[in-house]
Amino acid sequence: MPDEKLRITINGKVVLCSRDETILDAAKKAEVRIPTLCYDERLEPYGGCRLCIVEIKDFPKPVPACTTRVKDKMVISTETDEVRRMRKNILALLLSNHPNDCMRCEATGNCALQTLSYEYEVDGTRFAGETWNLPIRNDNPFITYDPNKCILCGRCVRICNDVVMAGTIELTGRGFDSRPDTSFGRPRSLDNCEFCGQCVSTCPTGALIDRKAVGRGRAYEMTKVKTTCPYCGTGCNFYLNVKDGEVVKVTSDFEAPVNHGNLCIKGRYGYDFIHSQERITSPIIKKGGQYVESTWDEALDLVAQRLGEILQEYGPSSVGAFSSARCTNEENFLLSKLVRTVFKSNNVDCCARV
Amino acid sequence: MAGQTKTRPGTRKVSRAGKKAKATTASRSKAQSGVQAVKDLTIKVCMGTGGLAAGSQDVIDEFAAQLRVCGITADIVKKCVNKTGCRGFCAKDVLVEITLDGETAVYQLVTPDKVSRIVQEHILGGDPVEQWLVGPEYHAFHDKQTKILLKQCGQIDPEDINAYIEIGGYEGVKKALSQTPFEVIEEVKSSGLRGRGGAGFPTGLKWEFCSMSSEAVRYIICNADEGDPGAFMDRAIIEGNPHSVLEGMIIGGYAIGAKEGYIYIRAEYPLAVGRLEIAIEQAKKRGFLGKNVLRSGYDFEIRIKQGAGAFVCGEASALMRSIEGKRGMPRAKLWRSAVKGLWDKPTVLNNVETFANIPLIILNGAEWYRGFGTERSTGTKVFALTGKMKNTGLIEVPMGMTLREMIFDIGGGMTGKNTLKAVQTGGPSGGCIPARHLDLPVDFDSLASVGSMMGSGSMVVVDQTTCMVDLAKFFITFTQHESCGKCVPCRIGTKRMLETLTRITEGRGREDDIDLLIELGNDIKNASLCGLGQSAPNPILSTIEFFREEYEAHIKYGRCPANVCKSLRQYLISPEACKMCGKCSRVCPSGAIKWEPRHTAELDKTKCVKCGACYDACPFNAIM
Repeated sequence: MPDEKLRITINGKVVLCSRDETILDAAKKAEVRIPTLCYDERLEPYGGCRLCIVEIKDFPKPVPACTTRVKDKMVISTETDEVRRMRKNILALLLSNHPNDCMRCEATGNCALQTLSYEYEVDGTRFAGETWNLPIRNDNPFITYDPNKCILCGRCVRICNDVVMAGTIELTGRGFDSRPDTSFGRPRSLDNCEFCGQCVSTCPTGALIDRKAVGRGRAYEMTKVKTTCPYCGTGCNFYLNVKDGEVVKVTSDFEAPVNHGNLCIKGRYGYDFIHSQERITSPIIKKGGQYVESTWDEALDLVAQRLGEILQEYGPSSVGAFSSARCTNEENFLLSKLVRTVFKSNNVDCCARV
Repeated sequence: MAGQTKTRPGTRKVSRAGKKAKATTASRSKAQSGVQAVKDLTIKVCMGTGGLAAGSQDVIDEFAAQLRVCGITADIVKKCVNKTGCRGFCAKDVLVEITLDGETAVYQLVTPDKVSRIVQEHILGGDPVEQWLVGPEYHAFHDKQTKILLKQCGQIDPEDINAYIEIGGYEGVKKALSQTPFEVIEEVKSSGLRGRGGAGFPTGLKWEFCSMSSEAVRYIICNADEGDPGAFMDRAIIEGNPHSVLEGMIIGGYAIGAKEGYIYIRAEYPLAVGRLEIAIEQAKKRGFLGKNVLRSGYDFEIRIKQGAGAFVCGEASALMRSIEGKRGMPRAKLWRSAVKGLWDKPTVLNNVETFANIPLIILNGAEWYRGFGTERSTGTKVFALTGKMKNTGLIEVPMGMTLREMIFDIGGGMTGKNTLKAVQTGGPSGGCIPARHLDLPVDFDSLASVGSMMGSGSMVVVDQTTCMVDLAKFFITFTQHESCGKCVPCRIGTKRMLETLTRITEGRGREDDIDLLIELGNDIKNASLCGLGQSAPNPILSTIEFFREEYEAHIKYGRCPANVCKSLRQYLISPEACKMCGKCSRVCPSGAIKWEPRHTAELDKTKCVKCGACYDACPFNAIM
């Protein structure tokens, strides 16, 4: 019965849920925040970080909220002393094998581990022991991988395998030494990497970093400008991160209706042209065999004048327009309108007819 | 078991053999002329992994060669020298059972050089070589056991389906196919059979859940990824009687409506894998597997998937991922595997031993099966007895037998003068049970009540020379290494527990280490994703509970009561006891012992590496 609603109580609030929802889904409905590290809406629930453990009345032990389905009349408490104590220990375990160098970490201010450690007032000293001390991997132009900061939430691996379907990385090794890596630790470029940066977008710590933005500013220094990708017709949204009038990097917009935060290499890393010195920023008119820089007014007047002449002399079928898939739908619509209603021609097309 | 009643070597046979002895010369001359061949002779050589490791292949070859030399033709050699699976008494391998004119004698510790005398005196002369026959402990080992699963192991040729059919094999399939799946499930349910993999979930219920699914494609899986240190029950069953497992799977597949079955077996069991492959081939030829099983209209195939050596792949969901070709990691249990298992289809997964029980239950009825064991843990259980006992090996006893009976009656008690200190049941997932709980009946619920578990059935017996902290360290080293790395408590928590134990055994323990171990241990148990993590702290928590004073001795006094932890050892040479022989000085690898003829040896503690070589070498107990 798909419509059947289950009554769930979370921290005293009652929410109605369907049978295939998890406790985490129910908590979102109830606007109760449960801490997570391995959870990403784009991925299947994983149950690896164990931070989302909650207590259920009459259950012998705490259960993870992300991988437990709700049952009718479940009474859930998410912030009991025992649960908070266990979360503290889990965070302390994670921090015990973490460089804890937030002061120079790129992810500072944008790191889920940092936020939770602050919230739960933990550091790594309680369980201090062996740490990894592995070399930082800089074997490609886009992604810096510092395995020492990895908390093995598995999000990069899952997004690479389940969403991108590239299969570049997988968890390798066993026990304390397991970590995400390419096969035999080869450079990503040799292992089918598309450099989409999806792994970077989902990494909750500073283990995976956009290499082009390293040293160019903290998260809190950025002005985030939402925009649509100029490259193809899909219309992905993302945020341009702007500091001092310059685009430093691109970050995902997880609310975007088209792409839900997913991007390809062009959207995520293809923004160099914005500040390129070679970029043409004003119209150029060929005068007497020479290209001469001009103004928009002059250029548009020239185009309007010449189009008018041609239309008058040869008729509407003599002109046409070809628009670009990199334009937005609205821009394409406007061009089509211009051609059909002003030029009175049907000669209009776009490169996006694949 | 057949061998039990007939194999009464020693007294009975000697008188009879004595008479025959006179005929030795005559038979030898007959042998040379080839007339000897017709004796009713069966030689069964233990060819389980235990036997093979002890050199049974050489023994079997030697028998074949000797018999050929003596004129018993090659044709008869093939017939009469049988490979058999493990009969459990691995401490005395290679075991050879010779049945001559209906009289059976069992030899122990047979090596190829003994074969010639056995052939000459026993087979040709009719006079068993008494000094090599098994002793009373062989009978003690067998008499207290109740063998229903292992009954045929060591008796029939596991590579011949006819041998299995002759003893009533595949009758269970025939009977099951004449019933409805519902009836089969009801029979298994009422037998009270609980899963032998460790958790003890009722098998019938598991089947029922799966059979109620609306999905058409379903799978049945046999978990033969036996990985506990000290466990070899499943291996022995497959090596000794592979068809019983196949038969159980066919019945199970029929009951739940699966057309495909998988056997997930560890690649480290090459003999078992080979025998399963042979068994599947033979079963296919006889129509027990494949399309239209026994013309019933039911199709069933079994495939073998070899594991690549990860302990965690014994966990149900990790095992299924491994079959799917993915990294063997446990899956979060959003759904039961009876709803979404292998390839998201309803799946039943049972252990080897569970499947081996099924044909017996179907054939003999649930009532008969409930006659063994206790009310809540019915049937028998196979255990692998290892450790400091006289008779180590594989035993099968009814559920509810006490540890004391198993260790002292069947296991023959401790070796030497050692006293029993504790029993580790359930491998690295189980707990240590101290000597004072020896009268605990071994069943699913009693073991859980003392913080241990049945597990797959390994039982490691330790004596006072074992340090409990060191033992706990051994098991957590294993689980830490085998953790898949998915969840935080197991991956990092077990590592930190191992580090804590390491520092305790090295004399660097801290006051609050015991409390830390208990807190962390309980958190790992409660917060880990799968059974591996949830049970990994058991050896530590149970040894702290029962042997806390040993932990305290390490931490507070820098002393290892069992004198095992190397860093805590202090060696001293007693000048009174020293007889100036110099043996200690000669074996010392670090030159720490100064000795000259007619002088007492002197130990330089700064150079000593505490290897203990001098301690072992001193004939006068002068080194302490």
